[in-house]
Amino acid sequence: MHYLSHTAEEIASMLEAIGVESLDDLFTTVPEACRRKKPMNMPPPLDEWELTGHLERMAKDTVAASGGTVFAGGGSYEHHIPAAVRALLQRSEFYTAYTPYQPEMTQGTLQAIYEYQTLVTRLLSMDVANASLYDGASALAEALLMAIRVTRRSRVAVSRAVHPHFRQVVRTYLGPTGYEILELPFREDGTTDLEALDDVSDVAAVAVQSPNVFGCIERLGEAADRAHQGGALLVSAFTEPLAFGLFKPPGDQGADIACGEGQSFGIPQSFGGPLLGVFATRDRYVRSIPGRLVGKTVDKDGQRGFVLTLATREQHIRREKATSNICTNNSLCALASAIYLACLGGTGLEDLARLNYDKAGFLKGRLIDAGFSVPFGAPTFNEFVLEAPKGFDRTYERLLDQGTVAGIPLGRWYPELSSHYLLCVTETKTAETMERLVREMTS
Amino acid sequence: MTEIQGATGLVLNEALLWERGVRGRRGFSLPRRDVEAVPLPEGCCRESTDLPDLSEVDVVRHYTRLSQWNFGVDTGMYPLGSCTMKYNPKINEHLAALPGFAGAHPLLPETLCQGALGLMYDLQGLLAEITGMDAVSLQPSAGAQGELTGMLLIHAFHRNHGSKRTKIIVPDTAHGTNPASAALCGYRPVPVSSNDRGILSRENVARVMDEETAGIMITNPNTLGLFEEQIREITEIVHEKGGLVYGDGANMNAVMGVVDMKRIGVDVLHLNLHKTFSTPHGGGGPGSGPVCVTEELEPFLPVPRIVKQDDRYGLSEDHVKSVGRLHAFYGSFGVMIKAYAYILSMGAENLKTASRLAVLNANYVKERLKDVYDLPYDRPCMHECVFTDKRLKAAKVTTLDVAKRLMDYGFHPPTIYFPLVVSGALMVEPTESESKDQVDRYVEAMRAIAAEAAEDPDLLRNAPARTRLHRLDETAAARHPCLKG
Repeated sequence: MHYLSHTAEEIASMLEAIGVESLDDLFTTVPEACRRKKPMNMPPPLDEWELTGHLERMAKDTVAASGGTVFAGGGSYEHHIPAAVRALLQRSEFYTAYTPYQPEMTQGTLQAIYEYQTLVTRLLSMDVANASLYDGASALAEALLMAIRVTRRSRVAVSRAVHPHFRQVVRTYLGPTGYEILELPFREDGTTDLEALDDVSDVAAVAVQSPNVFGCIERLGEAADRAHQGGALLVSAFTEPLAFGLFKPPGDQGADIACGEGQSFGIPQSFGGPLLGVFATRDRYVRSIPGRLVGKTVDKDGQRGFVLTLATREQHIRREKATSNICTNNSLCALASAIYLACLGGTGLEDLARLNYDKAGFLKGRLIDAGFSVPFGAPTFNEFVLEAPKGFDRTYERLLDQGTVAGIPLGRWYPELSSHYLLCVTETKTAETMERLVREMTS
Repeated sequence: MTEIQGATGLVLNEALLWERGVRGRRGFSLPRRDVEAVPLPEGCCRESTDLPDLSEVDVVRHYTRLSQWNFGVDTGMYPLGSCTMKYNPKINEHLAALPGFAGAHPLLPETLCQGALGLMYDLQGLLAEITGMDAVSLQPSAGAQGELTGMLLIHAFHRNHGSKRTKIIVPDTAHGTNPASAALCGYRPVPVSSNDRGILSRENVARVMDEETAGIMITNPNTLGLFEEQIREITEIVHEKGGLVYGDGANMNAVMGVVDMKRIGVDVLHLNLHKTFSTPHGGGGPGSGPVCVTEELEPFLPVPRIVKQDDRYGLSEDHVKSVGRLHAFYGSFGVMIKAYAYILSMGAENLKTASRLAVLNANYVKERLKDVYDLPYDRPCMHECVFTDKRLKAAKVTTLDVAKRLMDYGFHPPTIYFPLVVSGALMVEPTESESKDQVDRYVEAMRAIAAEAAEDPDLLRNAPARTRLHRLDETAAARHPCLKG
């Protein structure tokens, strides 16, 4: 096996140095009653070429969005990834390193994450960002737990227009400790109905998502005012951060915590993972942040350098009193997004966001012209909800047979929207592909 | 030793991203505009974004230089205890990037993603076989989330049986994530000490186990690198009082093909695909922390579950007892591909050999260094061994100094000051990937450092001397946090 390098002679000489006769003798501390009764039952090992063939067959059995025919978003977005991003991520000094516990040997990771934190705060207009969490869903759960800690209250209000999977993860994280989760309904225009907050008190956080699960831009300023009136924090989530190249970021509208999914920034969709949990907040909460932080410092000669810092919040020191149980971040995903944002730059981000907005607007307009109805009136980014006429489900199935995914059926998440579809367009879709989709949907 | 690997070479400086930026540059090929502009809504657009503009070559040079300031497994030996820094095969990176996998949308209808679902289903089966457990969920994103899932499963199990328990037993050798994960389920950790042989005793566990206690969290082999020899008796004590046993599988790399986790009484076990199953650590993630459970706990596993019916794979949400969802989709699929590829290329026999060689390397390091470094538990170890700074104290040098000096010799330091039960710990996990001559070079470096400590301790105190930056001021960083530029 070419991943193992010990020769029989080397093994023999090492056993001799240890003073035992055989490899089996190294396991004398494992009692008989703990041992396997039978060897592991597995297929015989595959050589590199068989393995490649086997996985290539499996990969072919899965439709890549890059075929240009998947018009689905819903928390995972198809964006072009520059070759430079892919090439730099293959630098194995980055991907075969671990957590930068020893800063003198990991300045590359540390500076890159410090830069990532900076780019995130600038994008979201927040004061401070952590080194990343697993995904947007757990980032929202961590944000709510943090709000519960800092306000010392035990209930949170979460908009129904937050991605349903995010809300499920929040329930999983908050459930066992008995925190109460109130759901805020959405209004006819597709945005959160904040009136529902009138009837509740002692809320630790109000969580909305913008753009929300329907692609609609929420009125975050209003949500922040309502939250702050009641002494709650505004947690502003997102699944499509590219929107902040065009729309006002959460930090400019009073959000106390901005968190969400960063996959759009240079991370392959990869059937939903790994992802990037982006998390940012205000300076006053810095010691309550979950997860790792990289900070600037100097070495003993006064040269600029970077280290993991404020570790006293973390599990390896605070144990059960830590701000989170998280140990790692999703460092390589954070690196991917930083490289991606470095490639785009501020002007590139603005131009790309505008192009996405215009392309989605183009499809939305064409579908309205073709007689479909778009029920929600709020402005949208990349995604929008379409109400389909009776019998469209057969058209949808026919398109699936051709490998075209004409959006996500919303009935699975919202029973009252059973004839509705969530469509997504990014810069990867050409006008021609969209025209073809409209033709297919109407024929 | 004739040549030190940590030789100084050409090291380039590099500015921060925004120090290089010039407004108007671009490193991205913007797709051609083939649609008209659509009017923007009023009052909700931002004025500008304050991100630096760079050209593609700027970006490539910037990150190439940063990468050169890093040390990875591909650079050299990285014996970071408890982290299993084994070699990450290149083919696995290639396979995870296949367009069908990398480009797959997670909400594709099942008919369009049979390959991805099939891979996950197969991987679940392989992990069940390797551990001896009955069922697997791949959803947790990393070890700590696997632990949390384990705690949620135990919590759900007790609730389902109408029993409300408030405590969980956590040994003093546990990873810090253990008590932190337990706290998320409202459990109060009850510490239990290991004995003078570095392992748990049945008496100590029996003393604290009661019917208010939900279970125990055990890392086996433990963080001292020792096999918990009384594990069978301990799990029986816990089960008798109605508790469950959570196994922290972070150290599974020691015992593949040797230990049957179900047989030793573990009810739920998490694995780290980024340790035992060779997926890269990525500078701190992404990882993947599947949980493996007994039949009894299977109904509580996270949803969605991957199911197979008549040779077709599907996702099933319909499990009323489930703890719920842990991830926006199904977990770190890209990481799972690499672990799956690793397991298939190894096969049963090589996996077992990997564990045996990992244990061989650790015992060899232990034997070759125990005359110069204090070895608190002089017994056969598993995949890692733990020394202390006791013998260094006379020269007034610390564990940290030894770690920093190792850098000058071209090695990544071991894990230091952990586990907490040993003062000034140096925790060395060579893994099976290191050949004998590599391990010999490491041993020689460690011995040379011990000699330096006696003869010229300032060499250690001022280390590292050969790195681009010298020792960094972590206290200043925490006192006046500067977390962005």
